[in-house]
Amino acid sequence: MRTKLAQGNGMVKSTQRQPPRLHPLAVRLMHWINALSVIALILSGWKIYDDAVILGWLHFDDSITLGGHPETALQWHFLFMWPLMLNGLIYLIYGTVTGRFMRKMFPISIGEIIATIRETLSFKLSHDDIRHYNGVQKLMYVGVIAIVIIQVISGLVMWKPIQFSELTALFGTFQNARIVHFVGMALISGFICVHVALALLVPKTIVAMVTGGPRDEAGDDTSHSQQSTAH
Amino acid sequence: MTIKLLGSRFRPAKGIDQGILDNHRELVDSINRRGILRGSLTLGALTMLTGCELGHDGSIQTALRAVSEFNDDVQAALFRPDHLAPTYSVDQVVKPPHFNAFYDPEDVRPVEASSWKLELSGRIADKTPWTVAKMYDLPETEIIIKHICVEGWDYIGQWSGPSFKLFLEKIGADTKAKYIAFKCADDYTGSIDMATALHPQTILATKYAGQPIADPYGFPLRLRTATKLGYKNPKWITAIEVTNVKPGGYWEDRGFNWFGGI
Repeated sequence: MRTKLAQGNGMVKSTQRQPPRLHPLAVRLMHWINALSVIALILSGWKIYDDAVILGWLHFDDSITLGGHPETALQWHFLFMWPLMLNGLIYLIYGTVTGRFMRKMFPISIGEIIATIRETLSFKLSHDDIRHYNGVQKLMYVGVIAIVIIQVISGLVMWKPIQFSELTALFGTFQNARIVHFVGMALISGFICVHVALALLVPKTIVAMVTGGPRDEAGDDTSHSQQSTAH
Repeated sequence: MTIKLLGSRFRPAKGIDQGILDNHRELVDSINRRGILRGSLTLGALTMLTGCELGHDGSIQTALRAVSEFNDDVQAALFRPDHLAPTYSVDQVVKPPHFNAFYDPEDVRPVEASSWKLELSGRIADKTPWTVAKMYDLPETEIIIKHICVEGWDYIGQWSGPSFKLFLEKIGADTKAKYIAFKCADDYTGSIDMATALHPQTILATKYAGQPIADPYGFPLRLRTATKLGYKNPKWITAIEVTNVKPGGYWEDRGFNWFGGI
C-alpha cells in the first residue's frame, strides 16, 4: 500500500519512505469491527438478560435493547459473536506478530500509572503526543482485552455448557458463567463510557482512528520489514 | 444470587394474543413491501433503530435466520455423540419440576392414559401405535440432569423412561435418517437431529423422581435430552416422525435457534 503511494507521488524518493502511521489500516478496521460487534452484543445481551435477570432491580428497557423480542435478540447475539471472535483472534495474532502489543502496551509500571493520575488531577496531563500511551491508558487497554477474552470464554460456556464442559469446569457451574458474563458486560460498558468520553476530550485521537493519525517512527513491524529491504 | 423471571415467554402470564401479533405483522409487511427496510443492515441503521424491533421481520430477519441456520451446522459439528452431561445426586432434585409451556399451568389439558396413543410415521418399519402400558413395559433409563432454559434459568430433575435409541431400534426406525419430529397433545411441535436422538442421555421420559410424570409436566410421555435447551424437549408427545426433511417447531418457527444444543 505505502509502496504504491510513494510511487504515485513523484516527490517522495523510495529511500526516504515516511514512517508508518500510528494506526495502520488493519488496526483501524479491526477497531471499528470490534466496536460494532461489542455494542451489538451488549444491546442484544440486555434483551436476553431481561428474561431471567440476575439482579432483581436491574431490567433493561426495550427502548435501549437490540432485537425487540428475545428470539431476535438471540439471533443478533449469535451473529455478532462471529465477528467479535474472528476479528479478536486476528487482532491478537497481529498485535503479537508485529510487536505492537509489546511496543504500545508494555511495560506497565505502577510508577507510571501514579504519575498519570497525578498529572490528571493537577490538569497537567499532556495530550500533545498521542503516539505514546500513558500508564492508565496501557492498563485500561490491556485490561479490556483480557476482559473480552474472558467474555468469549464465559460466552462459549453459556452457549455450550456440555460440549465445552472442560471450559465450564473453569467456572464451576453454568450459573457462575452467566454471572461472570454479566460482570464482564458491566466492565466493558464502563470502559466504553470512559474511552468515548476521553476520546471526545482529545478529538484528534478519533481522527487518528479514522485516518491513521501521525507518523510513528516506532510503527508496526509490517512496514519495518519493507524499509529494511528498501535500504 | 437471585434469578428473577420477568415477562417470560416460556411461562407467559396470559398466553400469547395472536391477534395483536397478526395485526402488527400486517403493518410491518406493508413497510417491507415498500422496500424501506431493504438493505438497511448497516452500522447507521443499527445505531438509529436500536430499541425498535430491528430484525424481527422482513429482510433482516431473513438474514438473521440464515446465520441461525449456519449456527445449526456449527453446533452439529461441535456435538460430541459420546460426551456425557454431568449428572447429579437424588437429594439435589427439585420437586416438583419447573412448569414451562406457552400457556399457564391452569390451561393444561390433561391427557387420558386410556385413550392416549403414540402415532408413528415416516422412515419407521413398524408403525403400530403405542399405548401407555406398552411404553411402561420397556426397560427404563434414569438420568438426573440439569434442565437449562434458553432464558438462562436451570434446575436439576430426575427423569426415567426408555432410552430413545432403544425405542428407535424397537420400532425399526431408519437411524441413518437426519431428523425426528414430534407432535404434542397441546399442539406444540418440535424436532431434533438424529445424533442427539441416539445420545445415551436422551430418553422418552415417563417418570419424574420415580413417579409417573404429573399432568402439567407432560404425562404420559415427554422427551428429555441432556444436550439440548428446554424448548427442545416436547411434552405430552402424541406422534413421532422419522424424516430427512428438516422439520420446524413451535418456538423454532418463531425464530429461536433450531439446533438449541448445549
